[in-house]
Amino acid sequence: MKNLDELRKIRDEVRKSMEIRSGNHRAKIVVGMGTCGIAAGARETMQALMGELEQAGINDVAVTATGCAGFCEREPLVDVEIAGQPAVRYGKVDAAAARKIVQEHIVGGRKVDSLVFG
Amino acid sequence: MKKAFRAQVLLCAGGACISSGTESVRDAFQRELGEQQLNEEVGLITTGCMGMCEVGPIVVIYPEGVFYQKVKSEDVAEIVKEHLLKGRVVQRLFYKKPSTQELVQAMNEIDFFRLQEKIALRNCGNIDPEDIREYIAAGGYEALGKALTNMAPPQVVEQITVSGLRGRGGAGFPTGIKWRATADQPGKPKYVVCNADEGDPGAFMDRSLLEGDPHSLIEAMTICGYAVGANQGFVYVRAEYPLAIQRLEKALTQAREMGLLGKNLFSSGFDFNIEIRMGAGAFVCGEETALMHSIEGRRGEPRPKPPFPAVKGLFDRPTVLNNVETFANVPYIVLNGGMAYARLGTEKSKGTKVFALAGDVNNTGLVEVPMGMPLGTIVYDLGGGIPNGKKFKAVQIGGPSGGCIPAAHLNTPVTYESLPQLGAIMGSGGLVVMNEDTCMVDLARYFLEFIAEESCGKCTPCRVGTRVMLELVNRICNGQGTMEDLERLEELAGVIQKSSLCGLGQTAPNPVLSTLRYFREEYIEHIKDHHCRAGVCQSIMHAPCSNACPASVNVPAYLAYAKEGNFEEALRVHLRNNPFPSICGRVCPQWCIDKCRRSDLEGPLAVRAVKRFMSDLRDDYSELYPAKVPANNRKVAVIGAGPAGLSCGYYLVLLGYDVTVFERREESGGLMRYAIPDYRLPRKILAKEISNLERLGLKIKTGVAVGRDISMADLRAQGFEAFFMSSGAGHEIMPKIPGVDLPGVYPGTAFLEQAARSQPMNVGRRRRSGICC
Amino acid sequence: MTDSNTTACACEGQCNAAVWNELDEFIASHERGRNSLIQVLHKAQELFGYLPPDVHQHVADQLGLPVSEVLGVVTFYHYFSMQPRGRHTINVCMGTACYVRGAKKVLEALQEKLGIKMGETTPDRRFSITTQRCFGACGLAPVIMVNSDVHGRVTANKLTGILNQYE
Repeated sequence: MKNLDELRKIRDEVRKSMEIRSGNHRAKIVVGMGTCGIAAGARETMQALMGELEQAGINDVAVTATGCAGFCEREPLVDVEIAGQPAVRYGKVDAAAARKIVQEHIVGGRKVDSLVFG
Repeated sequence: MKKAFRAQVLLCAGGACISSGTESVRDAFQRELGEQQLNEEVGLITTGCMGMCEVGPIVVIYPEGVFYQKVKSEDVAEIVKEHLLKGRVVQRLFYKKPSTQELVQAMNEIDFFRLQEKIALRNCGNIDPEDIREYIAAGGYEALGKALTNMAPPQVVEQITVSGLRGRGGAGFPTGIKWRATADQPGKPKYVVCNADEGDPGAFMDRSLLEGDPHSLIEAMTICGYAVGANQGFVYVRAEYPLAIQRLEKALTQAREMGLLGKNLFSSGFDFNIEIRMGAGAFVCGEETALMHSIEGRRGEPRPKPPFPAVKGLFDRPTVLNNVETFANVPYIVLNGGMAYARLGTEKSKGTKVFALAGDVNNTGLVEVPMGMPLGTIVYDLGGGIPNGKKFKAVQIGGPSGGCIPAAHLNTPVTYESLPQLGAIMGSGGLVVMNEDTCMVDLARYFLEFIAEESCGKCTPCRVGTRVMLELVNRICNGQGTMEDLERLEELAGVIQKSSLCGLGQTAPNPVLSTLRYFREEYIEHIKDHHCRAGVCQSIMHAPCSNACPASVNVPAYLAYAKEGNFEEALRVHLRNNPFPSICGRVCPQWCIDKCRRSDLEGPLAVRAVKRFMSDLRDDYSELYPAKVPANNRKVAVIGAGPAGLSCGYYLVLLGYDVTVFERREESGGLMRYAIPDYRLPRKILAKEISNLERLGLKIKTGVAVGRDISMADLRAQGFEAFFMSSGAGHEIMPKIPGVDLPGVYPGTAFLEQAARSQPMNVGRRRRSGICC
Repeated sequence: MTDSNTTACACEGQCNAAVWNELDEFIASHERGRNSLIQVLHKAQELFGYLPPDVHQHVADQLGLPVSEVLGVVTFYHYFSMQPRGRHTINVCMGTACYVRGAKKVLEALQEKLGIKMGETTPDRRFSITTQRCFGACGLAPVIMVNSDVHGRVTANKLTGILNQYE
């Protein structure tokens, strides 16, 4: 190790992957992964969300799964909760829609009206 | 580059969890995650000890921070399918609060974790100890970099001094002073030694640190070397810790590969290297001079101090010798400054301390709390109290060099100053909780056995003295002790304390002195009454049940007869020690059942119920009483026909005396008749057992108050030669609280007596009364 | 060296030149003299299972130490054994926490089961019993270690199941 900068570089790189254990999330994305959700393609939605977040370099957003919310018709369902704002529920979120939500809502801060449930 | 997972599963791989089965749980996770194709989304990490050893294997899942306990490999499929895939937490694996059985989901809501303040253990349970990059990500080696590039050695020593850090191995010597003394010595080489011998039985924090965060020690020792001018470090680890040695070796290799150990660290020109040296099973090698002799390849015998290791230590060179936990605090102090550490704790005991909770306590494990926390908080709020409804008796602190603290002092804040005042020491932080089933004399014997065996033999007071103390305590445990033995014990303790060469001998008498201080009655009971109230010392005890019985009834014997259906013999056995089997069969608090060994299996035996049954079967006990001694025609008067008077009369009649019991009330029985209500003790049962005594020859005169209706002089004139006063202790002591003299507040005994006479009592229209006992 | 050893040692001729060579290689990689003594003895015990007198002599010669000093160190430390050990060493923890939770009963049951006392080896050389003070797994008291496997919450009933895992 030559100097502190080298050390800090490793620290910052690895820290991102450990951020999840700290409990500091500015937002939470919940993907419905009940049987209906999975049948409707929620797993692909999940992977698309994670891929997009990684690409955008975001690591202070938690992504979790939940069970069936009862609206099987509109699965895959995705809830986005940004700290301090009311939760927004999106319906029929496929991989493309997932990427859009990350770009516009998480990064841009504006909810995607066209995808909102209901 | 580490993947960004959406969930991370942390598996505790501390020693205790491993032996509870973490490895099979990990294999199951690998399998199930693969089957559910979650390998890209969910990360699996094994960490060091999370601290709550009682409930392992432990699994914590982030980002929610859900805590699962006692996870078996069969549970993993459900966790993966339900929680990780579908987001439905698995409630049956949650932590249950011992007192309320309430389920707690999040790790940081469990009291055991919530009340802790982790500095030394900051990374244990949070990172993978076998991956140096996770240590770095958690801020590791930053302190070393800061010290080497931005601080001069005296400044490092200054921060340690300001922090108020004191040796965590047991002695509590100020670390800053130790480092400065070594730094001030001229010349090279100098050495840094870490004491990882951890010989105190009951202490395992050093092991957890070595297994869970080995880099913390490496970084700290390097910082120390820089501060004092040493280039070589040794870690002396006990041989009984193979996993710790393995993890430390791996960590050293990784540190060297990354250039964080070795030459020219952080381009500063400073070199440092660390070697591991194994112990070989000698407790005395935890003493610093003995430890250094052991590293030098000698017998681990201590030597007198001064000279102190700072001046003349390993290989006769200036040496800093500190404990693992002491070192674990160093990176935090250097990175955040000594003041940050000093804000925790008390004025003279700064910072935090790691305690190992073990023994009769619900949540055994490792906890780190600020100095000054009351002992009771640690035992009850963090430890969850005593299991199986047993009572707390004492907590041993400081291992074989320490002392016990009884319930009366549970409020004591744990500091280096407060504990010696109670006759204990902080020691390494091993806290062994003991319940009512521990014999304190036996405990003292246990520690003396340990010390006598571990004594290195170099100095006479310890070598011979501890053995003599052991002999004395052994005799007391076996019921052969005398009161002079106690005196000799105390005298010897003082001599050994003052004249032993090293800390092992100087503190050897502590457990004896400490148990004598708070539990002297137990020693005296062993000596005078040949009684061990905890039911432990086998030589003076028949069985725990009869030992616990105030009348020492031979319970195993009558149960054995009852089992064969021979209720007559069973009753005969009982009547030898207690003439009231039917009565006691209904109202005895049954201490025997509390001690019944069968409780360890499926539950205690129904001793009292058997007693009631076997005595209810028979109305006439005449043939079952012990044989009477031939009459001697001497008269004895018993005053008061309560249980004591009637029992005394019973035994005197058996001994051939002519006994008359005088009772002032209309009927005999005392509290059995005039306090215990009829639904609890039916009158006819009472009448039966008393009339059996009369059949035996006991004479009872009711309605006669000695002192009012007849005087003692009158009784002497009638030929009574001896008198037994059993008039009872019937006066109540009313509590001193406001309102106690208001109408409607009755003493308990008066109330019960009126009820026993079937006299109506005015309990008010709305039935509000106070009853004081 | 090996000839006189096979008559003196109790390993039934199992030791051979290869084992002695491995020891010598280990010694050669360490500095001569007293500093390396304990590490060398650990290695020797690992290789031979125990430390008989001929090993003391050999180590003394190789390190340049008087054999009395080597003997002094071997007899001081509990870990080193001059008696042959069984294939599997059962170590019963007699630390405070284990003691309070019933370690004595476990030791008694073990002694009865195997027919040997503490410190002895079974006639078929399968097991040896020793005691140690504290492995640091106090959360799982009472604890026994068989070789390097730690078994927690041991009771007399569980002993058969545990011992059956070790041939």
